[in-house]
Amino acid sequence: MGTIRLQSVTKRFDAVEVIPGVDLSIREGEFIVFVGPSGCGKSTILRLIAGLEDVSSGEIFIDEKPVAQEPASQRGLAMVFQSYALYPHMSVRGNIAFGLKMAGQPKELIEAKVAKAAETLNLTDYLDRKPRQLSGGQRQRVAIGRAIVREPKAFLFDEPLSNLDAALRVQMRLEIMQLHKTLKATMVYVTHDQVEAMTMADRIVVLNKGRIEQVGTPMELYDRPNSLFVAGFIGSPKMNLVSGPAAEQYGAATIGIRPEHIAIGEGAKAVTARIRIAEHLGSDTFIHLDTDELGALTVRAQGHVEAAPGTSLSVILDPARIHRFDAHGKVIVHA
Amino acid sequence: MATHHAIRLGRLATAPSVLVLFMWMIVPLAMTVWFSLLRYNLLDAENAYFAGLDNYIYFVTDPAFSDAIKNTLLLVGTVLAVSVIFGIALALLLDQAILGRSIVRLLIITPFFVMPTVSALVWKNMMMHPVSGVIAYLFKILGLAPIDWFADAPRSAIAIMVSWQWLPFATLIFLTSVQSLDEEQKEAAEMDGASPFAYFFYIVLPHLARPITVVILIETIFLLNVFAEIYVTGSGGMAGNMPYLVYFQGLLNFDVGGASAGGIIAVILANIVAVFLMRMIGKTLES
Ligand SMILES: Nc1ncnc2c1ncn2[C@@H]1O[C@H](COP(=O)(O)OP(=O)(O)O)[C@@H](O)[C@H]1O
Ligand SMILES: [Mg+2]
Repeated sequence: MGTIRLQSVTKRFDAVEVIPGVDLSIREGEFIVFVGPSGCGKSTILRLIAGLEDVSSGEIFIDEKPVAQEPASQRGLAMVFQSYALYPHMSVRGNIAFGLKMAGQPKELIEAKVAKAAETLNLTDYLDRKPRQLSGGQRQRVAIGRAIVREPKAFLFDEPLSNLDAALRVQMRLEIMQLHKTLKATMVYVTHDQVEAMTMADRIVVLNKGRIEQVGTPMELYDRPNSLFVAGFIGSPKMNLVSGPAAEQYGAATIGIRPEHIAIGEGAKAVTARIRIAEHLGSDTFIHLDTDELGALTVRAQGHVEAAPGTSLSVILDPARIHRFDAHGKVIVHA
Repeated sequence: MATHHAIRLGRLATAPSVLVLFMWMIVPLAMTVWFSLLRYNLLDAENAYFAGLDNYIYFVTDPAFSDAIKNTLLLVGTVLAVSVIFGIALALLLDQAILGRSIVRLLIITPFFVMPTVSALVWKNMMMHPVSGVIAYLFKILGLAPIDWFADAPRSAIAIMVSWQWLPFATLIFLTSVQSLDEEQKEAAEMDGASPFAYFFYIVLPHLARPITVVILIETIFLLNVFAEIYVTGSGGMAGNMPYLVYFQGLLNFDVGGASAGGIIAVILANIVAVFLMRMIGKTLES
């Protein structure tokens, strides 16, 4: 069990319509990621699912049961907050046990469940500490532990890693994915970081101004973005977007090509460019170019490539990898 | 302040102010101690002589002394209970209201600015007057016999007046604390299925532990010294506390020695209460 379905869900705060209407089906056991720029309504949708906000119209189904009018505690979901929201005066044990205690479960059962969760999350040695005596990553684990013990139908995460430093973020990312494998539970995960979305998701929901732009697997979004917005949002470094006469040659208002689909080399269709700056990552080199025909371009070359700023370079665009968009930013599908 | 040199310099720099503060405290205290050891009555000022601990023995064995202690502790206890319990309730209420909250907050704090003498006069003559008072009027509407507060229940009357003065202070401190409660914590508790009742006892009350401690400590200091309300309403006979007894000895009996002894005893009592309080709740301040 653990399907979630949104049907024409809207949300307005006073006069401001934040979510103009969302339809979405989340499958059982799926790891789904909401991604989009800050302020696009990711948290709002998550909070509507959780029951922390009331829908303005529409219906939410959990396991095909309508729940839009039910209070948060009755929906059988668990949430991990960005600030962790641990209870500061309770021990780790108290924090993890609180939900079970509120549900009136017997003491021995609570003990056993807390011990099991603590073991899963490597928290056994910290059970008697207070949250303020823990590191950021440990607090994060306590927050997750609090969710796990309730055995929810689905987990909701709201930017859970954004308060951690980069190294810890990568580690926690793996731990959460591992947890998903172990529990096989439905997880809805909100982030503004497209790398997190790409690496963790079974399916990604790209949001823009409260609307769903596209839903699909990471590779679908990468290979076949259906709008300029998705094309620009997914992938790092960003897709090169070119408009004007160069795009018109392809019968589009804008064309896009990813940095990794531009090759360095000579040829009939080669474009001559000047090197503006090169970023050497060791594994890759990002070369930022200026061209006469296409304007600024970023090229991703594998390994270490000598590229002195100011010198010129000749590059070839892979024609099969060029994305075309119309004047409204919608993709033009190849005939 | 890492090096010895820096530490020595720091001590040197603070020395003058420490000295002034010390003199400020020690001179009046020493003089009071000295007077308390004299047989020194203003009606017979020329014949002052050293009397040892006689003043203390006299003061402590006076039947008025145990009454004064009882009244003091009763007043402190009642007002503390009222301001903590009702203060938390009011703070939670004010946290809800959104419209005109700043005005309400200003109104709430007003009693705190009213001089104790003025407040005592207002309560005595406008609120608690047995014939023309507002409370008597309300009692009559409800078909009850009005109470002659200062004749029949002076302790309750004083406690009500002082509570009215100190409740706003407590409310304001609690309100600030309630408003600093993390919103996501509230929502986490909601997801965890905590009832409003459980939310209050498991989340809000522990969050308020520190402000409660602060309110109790500060109010105790001032409540041990309540005087104007008792003096102005003329309730000293039945509701007199330690400060009133000292006043009574010194200025009504003209017994400077006895009053000084009373003053010193009051200081010792206040310190006992302070130590007791610190023991009991000081822990919450440290954590
Ligand atoms: N309680 C609220 N009252 C009014 N506006 C809100 C409220 N919560 C969110 N919003 C608005 O809704 C929009 C989406 O917010 P949010 O869902 O938090 O975005 P995200 O999580 O994607 O950054 C923002 O423009 C925000 O200002
Ligand atoms: Mg958000």
